[in-house]
Amino acid sequence: MEQKSVVLQTKTIQTNKRLKRVKEYKQQIPLFIMVIPCMILTFIFCYYPLSGWIMAFQNFRPAKGYWHSKFVGFDQFTFMFNDPVFWRTFKNTIGMSIMNLVFGFVFAIGFALLLNEIRSIGFKRVVQTASYLPHFLSWVIVCSLISNILSTYDGTLNNLLMGLGLIDKPVLWLGEQKYFWWIVAFSHVWKEVGWNSIIYIAAMSSIDTELYEACEIDGGNRYRKMWHVTLPGIRPTIVVLLIMNLGWLLNAGFEVQYLFGRGLVMDVSETIDIYVLKYGITLGNYSLGTAAGIFKSVISIALVSISNYISGKLDENSVF
Amino acid sequence: MKNSGLATKGSKIESFIFYTINTIIMLAVIVVMIYPFWNTIVVSFNNAKDTLLGGITFFPRVFSLYNYQTVFKNDLLVTGAVNSVTRTLLSTVLGVFISALVGYVLSRPEFLWRKFVTRYFLVTMYISAGLIPNYFLMKDLNLINNYFVYILPGLVSVFNIIIVRSYMQSLPASLFEASYIDGAGHFRCFIQIILPCCKPVLATVALWCAVGAWNSWFDTFIYASSKESLTTLQYEMMKLLSSSMNSGANQSASSIYGNRPVTDSVTPVSMQAAVTVVASVPILLVYPFLQKYFVKGVTIGAVKG
Repeated sequence: MEQKSVVLQTKTIQTNKRLKRVKEYKQQIPLFIMVIPCMILTFIFCYYPLSGWIMAFQNFRPAKGYWHSKFVGFDQFTFMFNDPVFWRTFKNTIGMSIMNLVFGFVFAIGFALLLNEIRSIGFKRVVQTASYLPHFLSWVIVCSLISNILSTYDGTLNNLLMGLGLIDKPVLWLGEQKYFWWIVAFSHVWKEVGWNSIIYIAAMSSIDTELYEACEIDGGNRYRKMWHVTLPGIRPTIVVLLIMNLGWLLNAGFEVQYLFGRGLVMDVSETIDIYVLKYGITLGNYSLGTAAGIFKSVISIALVSISNYISGKLDENSVF
Repeated sequence: MKNSGLATKGSKIESFIFYTINTIIMLAVIVVMIYPFWNTIVVSFNNAKDTLLGGITFFPRVFSLYNYQTVFKNDLLVTGAVNSVTRTLLSTVLGVFISALVGYVLSRPEFLWRKFVTRYFLVTMYISAGLIPNYFLMKDLNLINNYFVYILPGLVSVFNIIIVRSYMQSLPASLFEASYIDGAGHFRCFIQIILPCCKPVLATVALWCAVGAWNSWFDTFIYASSKESLTTLQYEMMKLLSSSMNSGANQSASSIYGNRPVTDSVTPVSMQAAVTVVASVPILLVYPFLQKYFVKGVTIGAVKG
């Protein structure tokens, strides 16, 4: 008798569970309907084009298509790795990328530190609003503004330096190789410093004020507080962002280099992206362009995975 | 005691010096950030011939609206402006809706394939096929020289989805439960309960979508450069910049301006200035109002990065 009721009970529980399951699955349907169109779109625009990577192993002719173009194995890669132009663009990419990274970090952190010391909230807001402004301009506009500032004809920088007596005739900033990487780095700093500092300022505002008080009682002055409280307070943020950015080492930006890369400067301005554009689209060597694109993608993925792994390891240190 | 009194006096002076220097640095930052743009605005409102004499800095010398009249009489620029505005509006509305929709689904713990779908989207942040395969994709999809090439490829932004999802996850769970108990399905819960609660994050996403759509020129350059009716403001700006860079790189500036026949009215420099202003002011008018939102958005984004 007792056993029977137990069996019955388990049965009802099972049916209840099954009913719940069915209900659960039913609940899934609207969720699925909501997400499926976007998954299809993502498939079309992100996953499907990966099949185009096959071009890199062919001598691709658009008229023949993927099916009838001749397979050449790794010939495109061999050609690319023996091409001095490719290695030049590779060097330029890494060089400019590291410069952007270093200057970007130093200026954003420095700016955040100084802004943090401003007591007047109104003034702080004005400075911040001004510092975000360039972030919202497109690179085309930014390059146009910078080329005006650097112009040899009535450019602000040349006027300023001549007024101070540092140079006696206008410098052709955009025409000389030795200035180019600096111009790229400082364009990035100018455009993004305010934007990048947001995260540090947020991290600073979450530092416990007791730490500052303790430092003050110990006789620490302003600089000691910055060095021993503020900087260690944002160190986890800095580390995480630094590691994440290392993953994008092959993305030195493309627009400044493309828009400012003229004439002589091209030797130091061309990045891998421009190599792809030049060989792939302009010269119609689609296979080589794809191969260079794959090279960049694969290295980027490796870098991103490594940096994600490291930042995962450091997670206990993270503020967030 | 005397000693400490001296110390405070010293630190007061030190403090004063520090604040003065810091304020000066910050004022310099403001000038550096604003001046290049301000100067361009001034040039755009200055008489074109007069600008060539040089020395225009903070205020126009000979005020003139002629540069703008020329810009708005130029058919290509007007077409570009119309395309830029419509693509920005469309991309923003659709982009925000899609980010919210997918963000909602991925924030629901009862969604059984949540992990898989999240991964499915996340992977695309790291892998991209590259320029050439994408070009052939657009060709296959018949999107070359087609207006929808501006809208479709960027519609699903994983970064925005993740930000919206994080925000929704931080909403109290009782909000969702209450609406389910009241018998609302997912669609109603999404539209009537969740969307109104997400205004701050949606404002952020809207701003980013708008900035991205308004500022892009590369898609026009690659996919639609041979069709004039599809031009955008940024692309026209790029062409102006290119031609001025090309003419400037090979010769010294004075020889260019010496030889160029200066027409009655407008010069490349002034034209470029006026287009710069037209191509950036719409976005710049928006962002100060959304500042309090996007600061939050950036922080959330970094949390989940």
